[in-house]
Amino acid sequence: MNSPAVSARPALPEPEPKDTSTIPLLVRDLNVAYGRKVVVWDLDLTVPPGTTMAIVGPNGAGKSTLLKAALGIVPPASGRIEFFGQPFEAVRHRVAYVPQRESVDWDFPVSAWEVVAMGLYRQIGWFGRVRGEHRERALAALAKVGLSEFARRQISQLSGGQQQRVFLARALVQSADLFLMDEPFASVDAATERAIVAVLQELRSHGRTVVCVHHDLQTVPEYFEHVALINMRLVRQGPVDEVFTAENLRHTYGGKLSLLEDAVQAARRQQMV
Amino acid sequence: MKRLLACLLLVWTGAAFAAGEQPRGGRSITDHSIEWPSAELIWRVATLQDYNTRVVFLGVSALSAAAGLVGTFLLLRKRSLLSDAVSHATLPGLALAYLIVEAAGGNGKSLPVLLTGAAIGGVFGMATVTLIRRFSRLKDDVALALVLSVFFGLGVCFIVAIQQLPTGNAAGLDHMIYGKAAAMSSGDAKLILGAGIAVALICIALFKEFRLLCFDENFAAVQGWPRVLLDLLLMGLVVAVTVIGLQAVGLLLCVALLIVPAAAARFWSESLGQTAGIAAVIGLVSGWMGVLASALFPKLPAGAMIVLAACGVFGLSMLFGGRRGVWVRWREHRRVKQRVGHQHLMRACYELLESRANGQGSAADFLGAEQIGFEELLRRESWPRHALHGLLRTGQTAGFISAESGHQFRLTASGRAEARRVVRNHRLWELYLIEHADVAPSHVHHDADEIEHVVDANIVARLEEMLSAGVAGTVVPMNPELGASGRMES
Repeated sequence: MNSPAVSARPALPEPEPKDTSTIPLLVRDLNVAYGRKVVVWDLDLTVPPGTTMAIVGPNGAGKSTLLKAALGIVPPASGRIEFFGQPFEAVRHRVAYVPQRESVDWDFPVSAWEVVAMGLYRQIGWFGRVRGEHRERALAALAKVGLSEFARRQISQLSGGQQQRVFLARALVQSADLFLMDEPFASVDAATERAIVAVLQELRSHGRTVVCVHHDLQTVPEYFEHVALINMRLVRQGPVDEVFTAENLRHTYGGKLSLLEDAVQAARRQQMV
Repeated sequence: MKRLLACLLLVWTGAAFAAGEQPRGGRSITDHSIEWPSAELIWRVATLQDYNTRVVFLGVSALSAAAGLVGTFLLLRKRSLLSDAVSHATLPGLALAYLIVEAAGGNGKSLPVLLTGAAIGGVFGMATVTLIRRFSRLKDDVALALVLSVFFGLGVCFIVAIQQLPTGNAAGLDHMIYGKAAAMSSGDAKLILGAGIAVALICIALFKEFRLLCFDENFAAVQGWPRVLLDLLLMGLVVAVTVIGLQAVGLLLCVALLIVPAAAARFWSESLGQTAGIAAVIGLVSGWMGVLASALFPKLPAGAMIVLAACGVFGLSMLFGGRRGVWVRWREHRRVKQRVGHQHLMRACYELLESRANGQGSAADFLGAEQIGFEELLRRESWPRHALHGLLRTGQTAGFISAESGHQFRLTASGRAEARRVVRNHRLWELYLIEHADVAPSHVHHDADEIEHVVDANIVARLEEMLSAGVAGTVVPMNPELGASGRMES
């Protein structure tokens, strides 16, 4: 356990491991800017294998941008990004991405299972058709998130939480080793929240790594093992019970969050259990 | 699907009728009366006996079917207006091509020359839109409006310049603005046919890729699909359709060829494959009708006829489309309103009699015993008078309610069963939502679905126990205005 005096200092870059091929995601000195506005500034992040990690920070701290830059959706201004010790292009089949639900128009003529099958398109390849086997796999992934009976529904007829689970199923069907999820818990119903947590646990038990941008401080200790506190740059990262402290959160959020104390108390309760 | 066919047929007869309605002595723009086609001509044209009509028909049909396919993706990519900017930008391109080839001593009016110029102009226009969008803070619509008007203005200047030339004669070029299918040579038509088929085949081959691009381009990029290349391909198909459509419908109307069939198809299906297929069929039929009309009345512009026919299909689709048409949605809404009203009435009757019985006797006793007064029901719920009349009439037709007099009613035997079913289902759902609100299935119509169909049988049994143990009386308010005891609070 760190003493407050230590954790108050900005995070020092950790010594880089010699063999990075086991590190699912390694980010060094990442800078991203939209126009003149810098949103990510000299950010370092090391995602340890086989864990669930929450990325936590205030609005506009660059959490989603970090994921997008890592995946090449947003061009980084500078910095080094490695997945399993290699550039993303070489290992993209091992990485699955769950974007924010609002990023697409759900009034699109496509059914739930067809969206899930999109996770297999790369495997199917150019000009290939979606066949029965792909359909079976999509249905199996939908079953994992509890949406079997909605497979044939047009996607705008699903509730927000169900849409989120469709996106999750689309990532599951890729059978990746690393899952990057952008706010999967944002405004979902309780049933969806439970379904996602169950999936996270299953993935972890199979040795997969999950990184979630997360906004609900209360649930961080319950759902995740690791946490990265981010505000344009990395404030701290590490196991939740070491890093998720009031002191660190204050450094991340600038001390203006009244929920901080509650969150930290939740963290303490979790540790005592 | 049957309704779609009916709509297409209706538009076709409508178009044929409208074409036939031309007054015999009417004056056309060029001050010649429109010639009434003889029955023989109509037969010859309709059965495509003329080789030329047949080829033009094939060319235009292939073009408009391909446009329907490409347009579906363009619509879903939310770039509908881009095709308008592209088609306007073809004008300076084809005028310049004409000038250059004429200056070099060639035949500037040959279709391949004009289309090449048009394609270059279209690509240039599209690139300008993209660049403005990328490097300035101007919004999309501004970029489109700028490119559309400026390129078209430039084109008009070139056309005027061509008319001033001693050898110049812009007669062939203005066909490109308004379209003239009848002026097509069979060679031109074959070119259009081939290009249309090629576009359609590319679209079908890349169906999966385009679907992903239109739905979630970021995900496509993460998966490793070349997003920019796919986008360029799709936009390239748009340019191709626009350019080969110039002669048939004209550049002013090309946008309709792309967008109208796709927009109409959207009312018929929630599946992309079907939507694209229907859009292609609508395009094909509209193209066919336009060619027929222009073959019968050579002075009618085929392009306008094609577009008008497509718009007719669109109008009918919007009203009667099987999936999202206005009529279907209105009918569904009305059905829900009627069902809710019926259940509301049944519950009101039940609760009125229940409160009169004051806890004495079983439901079977109190439900049949007494009459229900119209004014009593009206006071109980906030129905407008005429709405309650309507509900009672519907109840009588369904055999649930019998009228004793104008203002006194009674539940029939089946009405009593229905009221008990409705109230039981309602109360169980309420109880369920209170007990298990956090796991409530989100898309259940609590009034429509029997609780057993949705909720586990064990839970229903437990809820029933709670209900019969009287928990409901304290937990479930019968109605928002009632207090916890089930009586009106004063």
